[in-house]
Amino acid sequence: MNYETIIGLEVHVELKTDTKIFCGCRNDSKSEPNTNVCPICLGHPGTLPVLNERALELAVKAALALNCKINQRSKFDRKNYFYPDLPKGYQISQYDKPIGEHGYIEIEVNGETKRIGITRLHLEEDAGKSMHAADGSHTLVDYNRTGVPLIEIVSEPDIRSPEEARLYLEALKSIMEYCDVSDCKMEEGSLRCDANISLRPVGASEFGNKVELKNMNSFRFVQRALEYEVERQRERYENGEPVIQETRRFDEATQTTVSMRTKEEAHDYRYFPEPDLVDLDIDDAWLERIRASLPELPSAKRRRYMEELGLPSYDAGVLTSDPKMAAYYEAVIAAGADAKQASNWVMSDVSGALNAQGKSFAECPLKPEHLAGLIGEMASGKISSKQAREVFKLMWETGKSAAEIIKEKGFEQISDPAQLQPIIDEVVANNSKSVADFKGGKERALAALVGQVMKATRGKANPTLVNEMLIEKINSL
Amino acid sequence: MSLPTVKQILQSLAAGETRARDWVEMSLRAIREIDGRLKAFLWVDEEQALAAADRIDRAKMYQNAPLRGVPYAAKDNIVTRGVRTTAASRILENYIPPYNATVIDKLNQAAAVMVGKTNMDEFAMGSSTETSAFQKTANPYGEDRVPGGSSGGSAAAVAAGLVPFALGSDTGGSIRQPAAFTGCFGLKPTYGRVSRYGLIAFASSLDQIGPFTRTAEDAALVLNAICGHDPMDSTSSRQPVPDFADGIERGVKGLRVGIVRHLPEEGLEPGVKEAVERAIRQLEAAGAEIVEIDLPHMEYAVATYYLIAPAEASSNLARYDGVRYGRRAEASSLIEMYEKSRSEGFGMEVKRRIIIGTYALSSGYYDAYYKRAQQMRTLIRQDYEEAFKACDVIAMPTAPTTAFKLGEKLDNPLQMYLNDIYTIPANLAGLPGASVPCGFVDGLPVGLQIIGRPFDEATVLRVAHTYEQVRDFAWPKPVLGVAE
Amino acid sequence: MKITDETVSHVAKLARLWLDPQELAQLVPQLNDILEYAAQLQRVSLDGVEPTSHPFHEVNVVRPDVVRESLAREEALRNAPDQDQGMVRVPAVLEGGGGA
Repeated sequence: MNYETIIGLEVHVELKTDTKIFCGCRNDSKSEPNTNVCPICLGHPGTLPVLNERALELAVKAALALNCKINQRSKFDRKNYFYPDLPKGYQISQYDKPIGEHGYIEIEVNGETKRIGITRLHLEEDAGKSMHAADGSHTLVDYNRTGVPLIEIVSEPDIRSPEEARLYLEALKSIMEYCDVSDCKMEEGSLRCDANISLRPVGASEFGNKVELKNMNSFRFVQRALEYEVERQRERYENGEPVIQETRRFDEATQTTVSMRTKEEAHDYRYFPEPDLVDLDIDDAWLERIRASLPELPSAKRRRYMEELGLPSYDAGVLTSDPKMAAYYEAVIAAGADAKQASNWVMSDVSGALNAQGKSFAECPLKPEHLAGLIGEMASGKISSKQAREVFKLMWETGKSAAEIIKEKGFEQISDPAQLQPIIDEVVANNSKSVADFKGGKERALAALVGQVMKATRGKANPTLVNEMLIEKINSL
Repeated sequence: MSLPTVKQILQSLAAGETRARDWVEMSLRAIREIDGRLKAFLWVDEEQALAAADRIDRAKMYQNAPLRGVPYAAKDNIVTRGVRTTAASRILENYIPPYNATVIDKLNQAAAVMVGKTNMDEFAMGSSTETSAFQKTANPYGEDRVPGGSSGGSAAAVAAGLVPFALGSDTGGSIRQPAAFTGCFGLKPTYGRVSRYGLIAFASSLDQIGPFTRTAEDAALVLNAICGHDPMDSTSSRQPVPDFADGIERGVKGLRVGIVRHLPEEGLEPGVKEAVERAIRQLEAAGAEIVEIDLPHMEYAVATYYLIAPAEASSNLARYDGVRYGRRAEASSLIEMYEKSRSEGFGMEVKRRIIIGTYALSSGYYDAYYKRAQQMRTLIRQDYEEAFKACDVIAMPTAPTTAFKLGEKLDNPLQMYLNDIYTIPANLAGLPGASVPCGFVDGLPVGLQIIGRPFDEATVLRVAHTYEQVRDFAWPKPVLGVAE
Repeated sequence: MKITDETVSHVAKLARLWLDPQELAQLVPQLNDILEYAAQLQRVSLDGVEPTSHPFHEVNVVRPDVVRESLAREEALRNAPDQDQGMVRVPAVLEGGGGA
């Protein structure tokens, strides 16, 4: 039997604010344990939350970027449960009136655009970090992360394969980076993902039992975990065994998923409106201000690169995946470089050199206008592509412009026929054997003559021009 | 009654006749003398209070502070930095707060001197101060009587003359009812008028801090010092703040005093009813116009309150888990630690309310209980909006009875809850309300309650002040109290 | 609707309270009294009435994203019943109990 895979993702994204969501402590969970804490985020008796304006703005911005409908009236609710890293015994979250609903993200699957629905986006506070002793004797709690602002983004069950899940996450991360709402560093926990996955026979309308997957610390692991889970569930169905509704954890060592608990504890979060906070009323003017602050988003940019710049879909996709790369690329073409040439250089040479040094496009030592200059020198025929690679290397090391390096190193290509003519004449006169061979039909003999010209010019002659002039000369003999 | 008022103390200090130290010493002496039997205080620090008084006497900067040198007591659910704050619960027995409540900071700025923290019902849950984990406070007018609650310690301290004013908190009547039971003035300001930052939460949408004093005018002076917008409390109001003492003596001519047609009178003692009616006639004689108003949903107020308040409390009290502060029981597993710490740390009334509240919020019951209570709250609010079109304040008894006997109602929680019938509606609607002594029945004080429009404490205080000038009943001496 | 011992025990568990049999025996009838009294709200038509969760309707109370001083760690942990390496120590948490 063929099975269809149904995946929904819940993504938590830490917002890039200076302070926590409900108190003035630094939004920095990586300091020494319990140094960014105060009576409010420690849940001391009598303390009250006050909403960080910036966190709200970033959440609205993210919701707009994900094409959500923004709820004009929004409110906070308490989600009640006991856990040592949850100081108040409840998490301030949003239940029935989240910031945004009914959004979507577009991904490219096999050359086609697919829309993945976003059910909701809401604002909430993060919990602290629990460190479990290896021997299982106790747990240590650090509250630095308590109260860090989070948005939770819940997708519709529209994802049909582990690959689509990865593409969705990449697209989501890219959008969040474009909006500058989060660092989105999965390895540092500023983007976290849980997945729900079930299988059903193709054509069936009911969903199979859902398994929740946790502890996947990279996009690759999300895909891996889902792939494993697809196989595991398929095998169970094929062997006539039921799939149990449960939470499973991805185990990096074995690259498998393992059950987290056998007995599913029934949660009753007793949500109710948070009486310590007032409602939110996001009026149109404010919404428009935030909308106006949104940058061009990756999907629009990608479309523009294809339509206006004539880039192939692949190039457009690679260049727009990272906002810093796109900004760099746009600076290069703004300085006058040909769009496709610039794309080739940015995607291969620049990107490769940065990767080798572990740097991002923001830290690129090569100025975009210098790269544009190099592309210009090549296009005008001043230097060969081989020379260009050499110049690129020197530009990277010295920070000088292409023109400066070409001049200093005497890299300039000779493309002036008047300058080349005497050399052509001399080479033809001194290599009568090769000339005869060429005339006799040995095409390869021409290469030897070209080589002689290049040697005489120390490699600076424009090889295309040399070719043409040699043939002309020989034919005229 | 010749115990000094806040106003008199301030006048004497301003005239240079006395020093802050004199008043603080007088207060401490009274506490030493009387509190052994009254048991209003959970904590007194003489040394600190005297040091603060001396500081105030020495420093020029306090010269014009509005409550310079006036001693006061704070209910023990108002947090004080470095000073043990327990909310009268075992679970916070050794809790030392790392910060001050906003009202405490404000009173420090006003140069008032805190002499101690007062007894209360555990987490403010109760109407008699008997649910305190630590001690039972007596009523100054009858040692076998409760002082009311939950702010019974603060009420008793003021009524017995131990301090000229004290802070309490009122969630369903916890300032007004003990004020009525002990014969002092109590004011619950409008919700949002006084910052709740640092008030240990019982029911967040109902709680409000307010003063106990001897007179309405003193309450105005204290309110002036503690009210105003606080950026630390999202529910604190930005409404303009008048000088509440200004115009307090303007009288009641032209004011309309509303009395409730079909007031629920089940359990209303005849003596109480009589004293309140007499007080209203005296207001009329002073120039007020008496009009009848309707509060058709008042009969549902107690049921509404006893769903909303416990629901919020069940969540507010989840933080007492023995993890970061407070009592932690010996346990081998986390779940056992939670259950033992909380079960040993909370008293029966608190457990009862946590269970009611958890039940009202739990899956399957939310709509039937919590949501319906919130809807009824809307109707009760609207009743008042409608009523205030026809009147400027509403007058009724503060409590249906005078102070009952210690232990009398402890075994019957519902009976205890029904005692709050007249005070609860103002909390549900967020309105300001005061209780002013209006007579004695069998030696026990009776309170007249005056409820005002939102943020119109000024009119409430003005009516109360006017009544204080015309009341003419005989005021007996407290059994437990400072000799005049 | 009468609430039973089982319901009360379940609710107590949700609230992380442990009740001994005497407490339970005392509580169940009291809670029934209270809920029976509260049932009067079921008899009123409240269809279409907006619920009130705050006495007054204020909106959009926010604070600027400006850092305020945190507590010194000793101060932050001063009330902690048990601590270790600058962290609060509790009995072992069973895996998977909650989290954002």
